[in-house]
Amino acid sequence: MEPIRVLLAKVGLDGHDRGVKVVARTLRDAGMDVIYSGLHRTPAEVVTAAVQEDVDVLGVSLLSGVQLTVFPKIFALLEEHGARDMIVIAGGVMPDEDVVELKKMGVAEVLLQDTTPDKIVATLKRLVTERGAR
Amino acid sequence: MKTRYVPSTELLERAQCGEMAAIGRLITRAEGNVEEIRSTLSTIYQRAGRAHVIGLTGVPGSGKSTLVGTLTARLRTKGQKVGIVAVDPSSPYSGGAILGDRVRMSELVLDPGVYIRSMATRGAVGGMARATLDVVDILDIGGFDTIIIETVGVGQDEVEIAKASHTTVVVSAPGLGDDIQAIKAGMLEIADIHVVSKFDRSDANRTMVDLKKMLTFGAMTSAGTGWQTPVVGVSSLSGEGLDELVEKIELHREVARSSRGDARRRAIATFRLQKTAEHLLVERFTKASASAVPALAERLSRRQGDPYALANELLASAAASS
Ligand SMILES: Nc1nc2c(ncn2[C@@H]2O[C@H](COP(=O)(O)OP(=O)(O)O)[C@@H](O)[C@H]2O)c(=O)[nH]1
Ligand SMILES: [Mg+2]
Repeated sequence: MEPIRVLLAKVGLDGHDRGVKVVARTLRDAGMDVIYSGLHRTPAEVVTAAVQEDVDVLGVSLLSGVQLTVFPKIFALLEEHGARDMIVIAGGVMPDEDVVELKKMGVAEVLLQDTTPDKIVATLKRLVTERGAR
Repeated sequence: MKTRYVPSTELLERAQCGEMAAIGRLITRAEGNVEEIRSTLSTIYQRAGRAHVIGLTGVPGSGKSTLVGTLTARLRTKGQKVGIVAVDPSSPYSGGAILGDRVRMSELVLDPGVYIRSMATRGAVGGMARATLDVVDILDIGGFDTIIIETVGVGQDEVEIAKASHTTVVVSAPGLGDDIQAIKAGMLEIADIHVVSKFDRSDANRTMVDLKKMLTFGAMTSAGTGWQTPVVGVSSLSGEGLDELVEKIELHREVARSSRGDARRRAIATFRLQKTAEHLLVERFTKASASAVPALAERLSRRQGDPYALANELLASAAASS
């Protein structure tokens, strides 16, 4: 089987990517192919990259409290590209009510900052298996 | 949430209209060597052949990804649509990879005339060369005029892929040690165009002089085509030398397209034919031999036979069952 492809993206003004880079290494060590977007990407940039790379999972990390505006844009753009089947997950720090809200929008899983590496890997594998062949 | 499996034939029609997601999915299936896409790949091969393919290689850190970005921006001003395949090594431990080259090309992301695809060496099922060349064909029918393959010139596979393009560009950089790195990696000979990158640096001139000196020892003119391999100093930072590089690429494209490029075209076809055949052979053998492997391995581990004799038995049993 081919490796799971993941795009890890940083959206917004937040200039820290240590956490994302740790996750990137964790996923690589679990045998996945990880594409990193770089800092300060816009939703349009992230979605274009994710569609061209045809990733299984788009992981968006944000710390800046803009999740409720960013994800609707991401889903609208995915729809536009005919790529609504992409698995979208969110990462970072956010209040519980936002987690509920994001899941309603279609975010498959929210991995908060304290999620263990094993849990992250297991979650991605499960989501891709549930999706099936593509 | 299971989603509908869109047949590759349908994706092909959409990809030819330039639909990004369809191109992306075809590439995934080609890379993963999915059985279902094979007949579509035949159609794709027959429809492709229009694009100019540039193989760009050099050691890690030589500025390839940055150069692909600036070169692409320059080609875009000339109205060319550009597809980029950035190949990076997988971790030898996990088989996974971190592909970070997009970061160096981030200004190009929202340009619909640019398509960037990252590949890990080990992600390709059935060999890098097979997969990369299939991906190039898909970008070709997707409407991209120039396709740049960036590979790290360290493994034999990667160097071979750079060679299997119409124009091979080899990048050497100052500041990565005393030598011209391309010599060690055996890349000197395969270049149609040499680039000395980071030409804004004060030590770049020395790299240029050293490289030219090396080249006078070897053949700078490729037999048959009369093409003189140029050495171009380029700075991705200042833009110096980019116009000259584009000009040399265009000149070489003309040579490659003329009858002078016949031998090269045959060499690429030979390479591709062999790589594809190798892949099919291994695939069939693996399938046909699978059931016989455990018993033979058991005998080998008990030293009830030697590796050669038992391997021959394995080959014979695979041949009988296929
Ligand atoms: N001074 C200078 N540095 C450059 C230039 N091009 C790339 N670099 C730097 O060289 C390093 C490696 O670049 P990259 O494009 O990733 O190289 P690759 O590994 O060959 O793809 C990075 O730190 C770049 O910023 C250039 O034209 N001038
Ligand atoms: Mg690179």
